[in-house]
Amino acid sequence: MEKELKDRSRRYLNPYLGGVLLGLVLIAANYIAGRGLGASGAVKSVVVAANKVIAPAHLEKNAFYAESIKQHPNPLKNWLVFEMTGVLVGGFLSGSLWGRLKLKVEHSPKITSRKRLIMAGTGGVLFGFGSQLGRGCTSGSALSGMAVLSLGGFITMAAIFGTAFALAYFFRKNWI
Amino acid sequence: MGPLVVNGIISENTNLLLAFIIGIGFGFVLESSGFSSSRKLAGVFYGYDMVVLKVFFTAAITAMLGMLFLSLFGWLDLDLVYVNPTYLSSAIIGGVVMGAGFIIGGFCPGTSFAGASIGKIDAMVFIGGLFIGVIIFSEGYPLWDNLYMAAFKGSPKLSESLGLSDGLAALGIILAAIGMFYVAEWAEKKFPREEY
Repeated sequence: MEKELKDRSRRYLNPYLGGVLLGLVLIAANYIAGRGLGASGAVKSVVVAANKVIAPAHLEKNAFYAESIKQHPNPLKNWLVFEMTGVLVGGFLSGSLWGRLKLKVEHSPKITSRKRLIMAGTGGVLFGFGSQLGRGCTSGSALSGMAVLSLGGFITMAAIFGTAFALAYFFRKNWI
Repeated sequence: MGPLVVNGIISENTNLLLAFIIGIGFGFVLESSGFSSSRKLAGVFYGYDMVVLKVFFTAAITAMLGMLFLSLFGWLDLDLVYVNPTYLSSAIIGGVVMGAGFIIGGFCPGTSFAGASIGKIDAMVFIGGLFIGVIIFSEGYPLWDNLYMAAFKGSPKLSESLGLSDGLAALGIILAAIGMFYVAEWAEKKFPREEY
């Protein structure tokens, strides 16, 4: 039983089927909302919303926040915030279906949990910064952009994956 | 005719409800494809697990082709669909910073939410990092607003910049994707790993 449970938790969808399903979700987003999927924008919305509560005067002074609040006066009533809340629910549903719900730090046996968490946090900071500079992350800029043939989407995709490949050698101990 | 909200067929509030449901589909597919695991995601950069490449490019060509067909049938007005603007400098430099974040952190923003939803603590810490990164960018905005706004090219499509029709550009991308799928299948045989 223990063995069976473990095996089930390592079963995943066929990647090409997963890709087709993800493509259908992306079509639905464009058909319904006229926009693609996204992720980092929801983080930005939460940051803007928190600022609006904590430091409204500061919000007006910063050009980046001011532009954002002009476009979305109520930052949490935002398409991406609703979508990313759904992602947490959908991920949880899939994880419970496959028996993958478990609090853990996943890392290569060659590194400690502590090192993995430091790397994860550092990577998150970089990705958060880069997603704002690049106007969207792997979902919003690269995937959704490519689907509508956006030139910028292809450029961002190439820059993300190209850089990660170029740096892979230096970080190999974290993964293999 | 779509997009439904842009054409006023559904209300803004219905749109938000549907965003939540679309998100459930998005999260479900990400998790069940294995995108909740940083070690599976990072596999693409070492060849032992190419799931990222396979799912990502299958999704891109499915959506691209699907939308071209919907437009052909007269069900979706592609002129009303948001096309990401191209700011050349920030697209490249932002992408480079994100690429570094990817290989160091093992997630991207969407996948980190999928990971966090099933209890991956490393994914939760990554999300904490995302917030810090967004705050650093926003607070330091005057330092990089020139870079952020530089080399604006409008919202060109790849097809327009290459002087091709949308359909022909899509065909080229599909052929390129099939080529990459072959490389992906080859890489997984060449650099196999049993447990990770």
